[in-house]
Amino acid sequence: MVDAAQIEARSIGKKYGNFSALRDVSLTISQGEFLSLLGPSGSGKTTFLTLLGGYDASTSGQFLFEGQDMTKWPAKQRGFGMVFQGFALFPHLTVAENIAFPLKVQKRSKAAIADRVAQMVTMVGLSGHEDKKPRALSGGQQQRVALARALAYEPKVLLLDEPFSALDKNLRGQMQEELRRLHRDLGTTFVFVTHDQEEALALSTRIAIFNHGELQQIDTPDAVYERPSNRFTAEFLGDINILSVDESDNGIAGTPLDLPINAASFRHVAIRPEHMRLAGAGDAIQLPATVRDRVYLGATSRLLLETQAGEELMLYHDNRTSLPVPDPGTQLHVTWAKQDSFAL
Amino acid sequence: MRPTLFLISPLLLFLGCSYLLPFLGIMQLSFTDPSPGLAQYQQVLSDPLTLSVIWRTVRLCLIVTVVSVSCAYVITLLWVRGRPMVRLLTELCIMIPFWISVLSRAFGWLAMLSNRGLLNTWLKDMGLIDSAIQMTRNEFAVVVGMSHYLIPFAVFPLATAMRNVDERVLTAADGMGASRLRVFWQVFVPMTASGVMGAFLLVFVFSIGFYVTPALLGGGQSVLIAELIYLWIFQIPQWGVAAAMSVVLMIAVGGILYLLMRRYGEIAQ
Repeated sequence: MVDAAQIEARSIGKKYGNFSALRDVSLTISQGEFLSLLGPSGSGKTTFLTLLGGYDASTSGQFLFEGQDMTKWPAKQRGFGMVFQGFALFPHLTVAENIAFPLKVQKRSKAAIADRVAQMVTMVGLSGHEDKKPRALSGGQQQRVALARALAYEPKVLLLDEPFSALDKNLRGQMQEELRRLHRDLGTTFVFVTHDQEEALALSTRIAIFNHGELQQIDTPDAVYERPSNRFTAEFLGDINILSVDESDNGIAGTPLDLPINAASFRHVAIRPEHMRLAGAGDAIQLPATVRDRVYLGATSRLLLETQAGEELMLYHDNRTSLPVPDPGTQLHVTWAKQDSFAL
Repeated sequence: MRPTLFLISPLLLFLGCSYLLPFLGIMQLSFTDPSPGLAQYQQVLSDPLTLSVIWRTVRLCLIVTVVSVSCAYVITLLWVRGRPMVRLLTELCIMIPFWISVLSRAFGWLAMLSNRGLLNTWLKDMGLIDSAIQMTRNEFAVVVGMSHYLIPFAVFPLATAMRNVDERVLTAADGMGASRLRVFWQVFVPMTASGVMGAFLLVFVFSIGFYVTPALLGGGQSVLIAELIYLWIFQIPQWGVAAAMSVVLMIAVGGILYLLMRRYGEIAQ
């Protein structure tokens, strides 16, 4: 990703009075990327998008667009497309008029506007709804109008602020598919704010994880999931078992283990539940644990265990194997492949 | 009886006794006094003076409504979207007159506008005019006085409409490169159209029945329908004709309201 940084954010900060909504965020976005900004509410992800779009001014730092300093450019000069949370459609205009609005602002010819509107309507699958007002449309259809309006003037960058939060689950999946298709077809850079980790993992080429106004990690979906750089990222994306490492012997809860880490510099080891299983006789890593609870889920059972140091563990037991599902209270050993665990 | 009907029955009863029954009484009067028949209506609808008063009433009230709603729109804009200090000042300017009686305000305007009033004296002292400008006892004074009274009534429906405007829609329009003027006229104003219509209806209906302000500031020179009805009741007196006039006024206002609301439905849709 060193090639063609389209957008560069350098130490962006935003303060509201004494409150720091965003601190020292630096990242680059490449042409054609699909970047998700992911984090819990209040993490600063929407603030960052708002600053990136030019809808609010940062209190420190610098934004570059294709090498030019755009920090002081207002939204209209940046010219990025934006899909707002709640869509922000013009309620008094029809679908076609909504999509035509930015084109009219650009003073394009009537014929060119009509052509482009027809093209956008077809692209987002709203043919036949051109003359309806937004309130006569379903949530998914309004979403499409918002997308079409933001993309009508061929912006180089499209910003999306939690565009699917108002949609039900089925529709959300469908719209995610369409968004992927649009991104693939147009090659426009998409920057997408969400608090839904699955959505971010499914859609993005890279994910930027925010917490407490700071950028925690930015990397590809598999990298942030498999090699989280800190405890927050590890816990925020999916389930994870985090165990304290003994300082003395590089083991866990008194059991010396062959771990990929050095207890002098790291205090914890993390293993995803799907990488952990009940140990057999030949396994190198053998960590004693007691079964506390089990939940039957069909193909798997979720086992909740406790180490001898009282730390909780979770793993998925494959119900198709001949091994019986252990009852609560059973003492056993769990194991994992050394390369699947990582230091935190 | 259905529970809803039962629960609102006290209100219906009250309205029936205090409004519907007296109105039916007026209807009856209009057809029977002094003799049964349509003579009273014939007199109302054929008398050039009465017709000219009705026409003047509708015309002046439309002017007053347009003036009030336009002023109220600007004032509401300051009230809802201004800086905190501007908001406070505007709020005072709306609320203080609202609490002062209609009579006091009419006299206030007289003190302001009459030939020896504040404005004329000041203009003369400044040497800008030689003799007083006639600013009372005419339609100008009536429009000023009535509009001033009615502006707060237009402000409230407008404020509701403006507060309901989704800020993000304006931000979106701005982000797409629309100028402030375009955002205002093509986005903000259409989005508050329902409030404008509501304010228009409220002020217009209110203005039709105005009595004190036109009587004082018009000084008998621009008589409106309410004042004419008063004359037929207390000065002439012929209650049958006054009643017929009231019924005609009622039907005229109802008709105008019907037309406006049909148009309103189209806008709101």
